This record gives sequence, C-alpha cells and structure tokens, in this order.
Amino acid sequence: MSLSFTSLRPNPRLTLVQKVWNISWGLVLLILLLAVIGGGMLYSAANGSFDPWASRQALRFGGAFLLMIVIALIDVRKWYAISYLGYFGVVALLISVELFGEIGMGAQRWIDLKVIQLQPSEMMKVALVMALARYFHGLNLEDIGRPTRLLIPLVMVLAPVALVLKQPDLGTALTLLAIGGGVFFIVGVRLWKFALVVAGALAAIPVAWQFLHTYQKNRVLTFLNPETDPLGAGYHITQSKIALGSGGVVGKGFLQGTQSHLNFLPEKQTDFIFTMLAEEFGMVGSLLLLSVYLALIIYGFAIALRSHNHFGRILAMGLTLNLFLYVFINTAMVMGLIPVVGVPLPLISYGGTAMITVMAGFGLMLSVFVHRDIRIPRQGPGSMD
Amino acid sequence: MARNSNDQDRYRSFTRRAAMLGLGQLGLFSLLAGRLYYLQVVESDRYVMLAEDNRINVRLLAPPRGLILDRFGRELASNEPTYRAIVVPEQTNDLNALLDEMSRYSEISEAERDRVLREAHRKRSFLPITVKENLTWEEVSRIEVNAPDLPGVTIEAGETRSYPYGVSMSHIVGYVSAVSEEELTGDPLLELPGFRIGKSGIEKNYDTVLRGSPGNRQVEVNAVGRVIRELSRQEGVAGKATRLTIDAGLQAYAYGRLSGERSASSVVLDVETGDVLALANYPSFDPTPFTRGLTQLEWDNLVKDPSNPLSNKATRGAYAPGSTFKMIVALAALEMGIDAKQEAFCPGYVTLGNARFHCWKRWGHGKMDMHRAIRHSCDVYFYELSKKVGIDRISDMAKRLGLGLETGIDLPGEKSGLIPTRGWKVSTIGEPWQMGETLITAIGQGFVTATPLQLAVMTARLASGLEIKPRLLQEPANPDFEGDAPPASASLNIPERHLEIVRQAMDAVTNDQRGTAYRARIAIEGQEMAGKTGTSQVRRISMAEREAGVVKNEDLPWRRRDHALFVAYAPVEKPRYCCSVVVEHGGGGSTTAAPIARDILIEAQRRDPLGKSTAEQLARASKEDS
Repeated sequence: MSLSFTSLRPNPRLTLVQKVWNISWGLVLLILLLAVIGGGMLYSAANGSFDPWASRQALRFGGAFLLMIVIALIDVRKWYAISYLGYFGVVALLISVELFGEIGMGAQRWIDLKVIQLQPSEMMKVALVMALARYFHGLNLEDIGRPTRLLIPLVMVLAPVALVLKQPDLGTALTLLAIGGGVFFIVGVRLWKFALVVAGALAAIPVAWQFLHTYQKNRVLTFLNPETDPLGAGYHITQSKIALGSGGVVGKGFLQGTQSHLNFLPEKQTDFIFTMLAEEFGMVGSLLLLSVYLALIIYGFAIALRSHNHFGRILAMGLTLNLFLYVFINTAMVMGLIPVVGVPLPLISYGGTAMITVMAGFGLMLSVFVHRDIRIPRQGPGSMD
Repeated sequence: MARNSNDQDRYRSFTRRAAMLGLGQLGLFSLLAGRLYYLQVVESDRYVMLAEDNRINVRLLAPPRGLILDRFGRELASNEPTYRAIVVPEQTNDLNALLDEMSRYSEISEAERDRVLREAHRKRSFLPITVKENLTWEEVSRIEVNAPDLPGVTIEAGETRSYPYGVSMSHIVGYVSAVSEEELTGDPLLELPGFRIGKSGIEKNYDTVLRGSPGNRQVEVNAVGRVIRELSRQEGVAGKATRLTIDAGLQAYAYGRLSGERSASSVVLDVETGDVLALANYPSFDPTPFTRGLTQLEWDNLVKDPSNPLSNKATRGAYAPGSTFKMIVALAALEMGIDAKQEAFCPGYVTLGNARFHCWKRWGHGKMDMHRAIRHSCDVYFYELSKKVGIDRISDMAKRLGLGLETGIDLPGEKSGLIPTRGWKVSTIGEPWQMGETLITAIGQGFVTATPLQLAVMTARLASGLEIKPRLLQEPANPDFEGDAPPASASLNIPERHLEIVRQAMDAVTNDQRGTAYRARIAIEGQEMAGKTGTSQVRRISMAEREAGVVKNEDLPWRRRDHALFVAYAPVEKPRYCCSVVVEHGGGGSTTAAPIARDILIEAQRRDPLGKSTAEQLARASKEDS
C-alpha cells in the first residue's frame, strides 16, 4: 500500500471520460436515495402534496446535483488553489451580513440575492474545511508539534466563529468550532493540547460570563435548558418526543403520522422532519435512514484514506465530519438528547442553502476521489519539488 | 527520502486519528440508535397514549330533552327543531360581502351584523359564528338553495323547548333556561354551550330524568383545536317522557275562568285517585321567553307585579282556610262523641272571659245544630263546639285530612301551611295556648293556614273517606292511554256516618235554598255539587269598625280585602271531582269563589260525563288538539 506513495509515478492527467468513470457512483446513488426519501417526506409534510415543498425541493436538488457533478470534475488542485480565496470571500460575506444582512428569525443570517437567500454561515462550514486543509497540507508532523504553527489555523477558526456568534447563531458557531477541532485532531495535533484548550475554555467561562449582557445570559441559559422556555423550545421537544415515541417499531405508515399532520409538530418540513419520518416509519425506518447516512460517512472515510494528497484527505475527512455533525445534531436534537438548535437534516429537510452547502461538500469529496491519484507537493501544485 | 518518510508518518498518524474519529462517530451513532430504541420501543406505549390525547377530542352531544305530556298524551313541553345559520370566517373571502348576500335571504339587523363582525375579529377564524338563530323554514330553504353564493355558511339544526299551552301550564310544567354558575355540578353536559336546565315546575323537579344522557362524538383535532374529521359518533339517550295526570283542556278552562280575577288559584282532583286534573294560577307567565333568557325589563315586570305571577299559589300560597275549616271541627266533634243534633244558640257572639267572638251574622243565627251550622256557616256554633272539642282534637283531625303537612306533590317549593298545636305555640312563640285561639282556629282564622292544594285534598278525603294523596305524575309514563291502575288509598278511619253528616251539610250549602252558596249551585241533573264557602280575613276587624258596622269589602283597598274561598265536590251522589278555589282579596267565598268552582266542576263533568269513558276522552282530546 505504502509503495504507491513512494513510487515516482508522474501525476496522471485525466480525461473527462476518465473523470466521470472515476466518480464514486455508489456515493451518488446514496445521495439520490436520500433525495428521494427527502422528497417523500416533504410530500407527506404537505399532507400528500408536492406543493409547496417537495416540488421546489426537487427542483433545487436538480440544480445542486449538477453543481455537485461540476465540482467533482474540477481538478482538486484548482480547489487547493482557491481555498484561501474562498475562505476570505466567505468571511467577507459574513462581515457584509453583519453590515447589511436581512433580519430573519431574530438574527442576521441571510444575504438576499433575490434568486436565493445566501446564508454565509452555512457556506463557511465548507470554506473553513478547505482553508484548514490547505494550511495543514503544507505542514509536516514536526510543524504541527510547534504551537506557533497552530496560531494561524486557530485564528482561521475563531474569526468566523466570532462573526457567527455575533449574528447570533450559537449552533452554527459551535458546529464551526467542532469542525475546526475535528480537523486539528485529524492532522495529528497532540491530544494533551486539546485537553489544555478544553480546560482553558472551562476556566474562562465564569470570566466570559461576567462580560455578557443579561439578554445574552438568558439566551445561553435557554439554550442549555429548554425547559425554561416551555412554550418555545420546550414545547417543540415535547411534541417531537411524542410523535417519535408513538411511531413505535414500524411506524404509523406513510402519510399517516397523526402528530405531524395535525400540526402538533412544529417545523415538520425543516428541522423536525426526522421526527415525522420516525413517526411514519417507526424505529425500522429511522434506523434505515441513519444507516444511509452512516454509509455516506463510511464512503467519506474511504475517500479520505484513498487520497494520495494530504489536502484531499483532510478535505474529505473535514467534510465527512461536517455531514456527521449535521446528522447527529439534528437527530439528537429531535430526540431530546441535546438542546434545540436550528440544524437541518441534510438532503431531507426543506431549505436551499444547507442543500447547496451539503451538495457542494459532496462535490468536493467526489473531486477528491476522482483525483485521488494526483499528488500535490507540500508547497503547492505550482512548486517544483 | 526524508520527505517521503515524513509523508508516511503523516499518513500513519492520519489513519490512526481517522480510526479514532470513526470510532467516535460510530459511538455517537450507537447512542442515537439506543435513544430511538428507548423512545420507540421501551417508552412507546406512553407516547402512543400522549399522542392520542393530543389528537382525539371527545365532544358531548346534548340529548333531546324528555317530553312532558298530559294525561291524554298531549305535549305540554316539546322540542322544536330550530335552525341557525353559522359561518366559518376562514371559509369565506369577505365576511362583509357575505353578510350582504345573506341579508337577501334573511334579514340581518345592524346590531347582528356588528356582533358577527366583532366575534369574527375575536375568535379564531376556523371557529363557527352564529349569524342568525331561529330561522324560519322559508329562510332555511332560501339559504340552502343559494348555498353556492354563500361560502362558509351552513345551517345547523338544534332543538329548543317549546310550551304549546303557554301561560296556563307554566306553574306545573315550569320552564328551562341557561345554567347558572351555581348550578354547575361538574356534569360536563351542563357546560355545553346553549344547554338549558329546568328552573321550575316539573322541568325542575324531574330535570335529571328529562335531561337524558349525553352522546358523544370523537373528533380529531389539530394542535390549535380545529376539527379535522369525525372519528365516531354516539347519539345520546333522550330524556324520559314524563306523563302528568293533568288534563290540559280542563287546565286551560280553569285558567281562563280564573282570569277574571286579579289573583286566584284553583285545584281540581280526582277524588278517588288523587290525580291532579288541573292546578291553575292566575296571573301566570309565558315560559317560552325564559328559554332564550329574559331581558331585565321583562324580569322586573314579573317580579314587581303585586299579584306575583311567578308564584305557584296553588301549592305555595298559604291562606287562612276560613269557614272551609269548619268540616274538620265538625268531624273532630263527631269523633269525640258529640251529637250532631245537639244545638247551640247563636246570638251573634260568644264571650270568653272579657273577650267577645263575633259571628259573621251580626244579629245571630239563633238555634243551630251541626247541619244548619255548616249550611249557614255559623261561627258561634263552632266557637261553642271547639270549646268542648279542644285544639288537640281539631289539629289532629286537620292533619288527618291533609292540612299542615306537605302533600308531597311533585312540584318544587310546596308550602306545608300551618295547623297550630299547643306544642307548636310554645316552641315558636313561647307562650301557652289560649282558649280564645281555639275558638279562632275553629273558624279557620288565626294561626291556621292551608294551601289551595291542601284544601282540595281535604275535600277529596271528605268525599271519599280515603287518605287521598295528590298525584301529578303517572307512572309509568307510557304513551297509550289505557294507563295504570290508580294507587289504592288507605282509609281515613273516619266512620262513614260522620262523613255523611258533613257531606249532607255541604250538599245543603249549595243545594238548599238556605245554603250560603245556593246561588252558585249546579242545576244540571246528576251533576250537582256539594261545597263550603270560606272568607278569610286579611286584617283584624277592630272594635271601632265593628261598632260602626263592618265596612264593605268593596270599599277597602284591594290589598286589605278578604280572601274568598270555596271547596266543593261533584257529583253529590257519587263524588268524582273535587275543586278548591281561592281568590285573593276576592271578598266573600259565596259570591266570588263559588261560581268559579261551579263552572270548573261543570266543565270537568262535561268533559267526562260517564266518569270513566276513556276512549271518548281520548277522542275529544285529540279533536281539541287539532
């Protein structure tokens, strides 16, 4: 296995046909399967109607699917090349949201481009992984051992986290932190350093707490304990658990979910769509859906491990982690395991930006796979090594 | 090569970390699976129950109220279908335009329009609003025909209580109206919007029987309580029909006959069975407006009327029985062994100590035996008699004849009247009984009071010798007339010859030219009545007045005039009907009350000339109905 790395085989030049042949069609099939499930659930959420969600989501998925294939066919070195640019571009978008953003759901999150409402904090999840992958691509293990070398990526993570926190969107901020931490972990940052940071963060909480406004404190408290907001988050989670639990082993049947169809379940077409699925298809259906995600994640791991360039490995692994976080946070939330945060279920929940982000992520993963044999010098594809 | 080995280290480290990360993610996935198992298998039953609670809403259906029928099965209280137009605002685009359209088929006043718009503003848009109630058939059909132009409008059928006999029956049947806060017992039926309960009369007394038991429908509702669909429906059990002994025709006649007076009541009983054939009060009230709810003005008018139309005087009015009480004194004396032939002299008064007790006839009746004393209603004879008999025997006999105790009629709020005894006086007034009070009691004045119903019962007992109890309810309430055997009454244990003495005297009151009520006799062969007049003082006659000659009743203000009483039974030979009449402040019993009793007894016999011709009665009853 390691022979292939030491061999001095020249970087392959891939024709378009070869690239298409190289696409991991198993992964694409799983994505299509998810889209079909998602469409079905949106059809059910509208009480057996394609309007208003399923049809529009299908259209969006069509576009996103094309985008994914295009991204997959673009050389991974191109992605390497523009990763910093993309990162700064999204940071600029986050800042512009801060300045001119649309006010929605009590937080500044969107840029209205008329055609689509962009949510830069979502895009940042991918941009951050790309930027970190490029940075760590250039570092060997020894470099990583030097704390000074970690300062730049730390800022790369904390800058968008700070901007997203200001929106305020604690859920996405924590997701970005988790992604950053995941990348730090995967590239081999020493475990004791993580322990140190966690300990430091815990120690800093009481200090930071003093600087928060009362309304911010309340927001954090509600976030940590939804029971203090029984008509808001607390109500949602109670109803979600009732719907989920009443589904039993095999569920109530497609379109037969009483709780969701009678509007006891809030936001059933977006964040709580898993609940509806669990009500209608029971534990069997829920576990099957989780298995599809698990299969996608395994694909992600396989792609990462088969990539011949470190950028691709880190990228694939970071994106897989992003996918995992989406799935875990969303399902754990509707099951009442963690507080309610607004995180959609990838390719099932209704919504535009998340779909584009997720599909773009899959596109990049596919690109990593398509160009798995391409090696990128540590100094970058343009350098002579 | 250093670089390559470095790359290899980096890859090895990456693989190791990837494995750790993968295990971590797998672990979290297992956590999700475990949680799913916990929620969907372990706790599933609990959540299924909670889900059903969420979803299914049981709504009660009001059962039809039981009918109230007269002895011939005529409906005294029935349920009329009513139709109301309701609108669900969310199903219509423009409520204003819709109301304009509606008003083409059924007039909608400005006030009603305002109310609808106000409600539409206040309520959630899927909840129906009543646009108009009590639609006529014509309005209903016009609205139905034009339904396509009236989106969101539906006609709903309901029931409302109606009282075909109106005022004449209201004191027996009573009325229903909205449930008040204090009446809520926790029975959810009572909390249904628009539910009515009995507030007086039979409607009140048998409310729980008439009410029936509610049905229910299970509806699926969504999170905001909007009905999605009906899952099941179980109709309620209608309230049991209640059949009364009343003859609605006779009742209407009696009511009409009383209506010549300012305030009067009359009770007609079957002397053998105690069946209450009529129990009329004048003035009365119309029970129907109570169903919808009275306005303050309507209520004030009823409450402030000095003749008190809301009061059932036949069961709740306690009057001094006056001379109608004399039969009781006579029977007590006979039982004591006093000879009816024994005479007393009436000079117009009796002295007791230094008090004088006057006879109504100022110059006296002369020599009186029992028969003549009743015929002339001589007070002095009964003063003398009561001195010998004593209060104890008098009150005892009064109670045996049904006075001083509630008769147990199935109407709420019956009064017991009062038969004074020594013990009663000591315990309530705190003074020992005086002989003078015995004398006053003997002519039905003083403490003694009785209701018109009790006077009728007394008369029935005199006529039959049986312990008749008034019966208002026929049990069981079966709709075919053949009916049930009347309950056998116990004997009063008064020797027939004693009763006969009293009956002959009562016969003489009306049928002997010298009798006090001769002018009010029934002249129809075989239908003659026997009776007794009574006039009860409302005020004491002062010495000065007596010296100046008794002031004529007609010259007094109405409130201070005497009550006029009359009790009678007919036919004399084989008593079947008895009747009591009390005219408040009506003056003399012979002039005011007796003619009324006569007419009512004639009517009772006219309606049933052979005594028990039920088929004929039924035929006539149905003819009257049509």
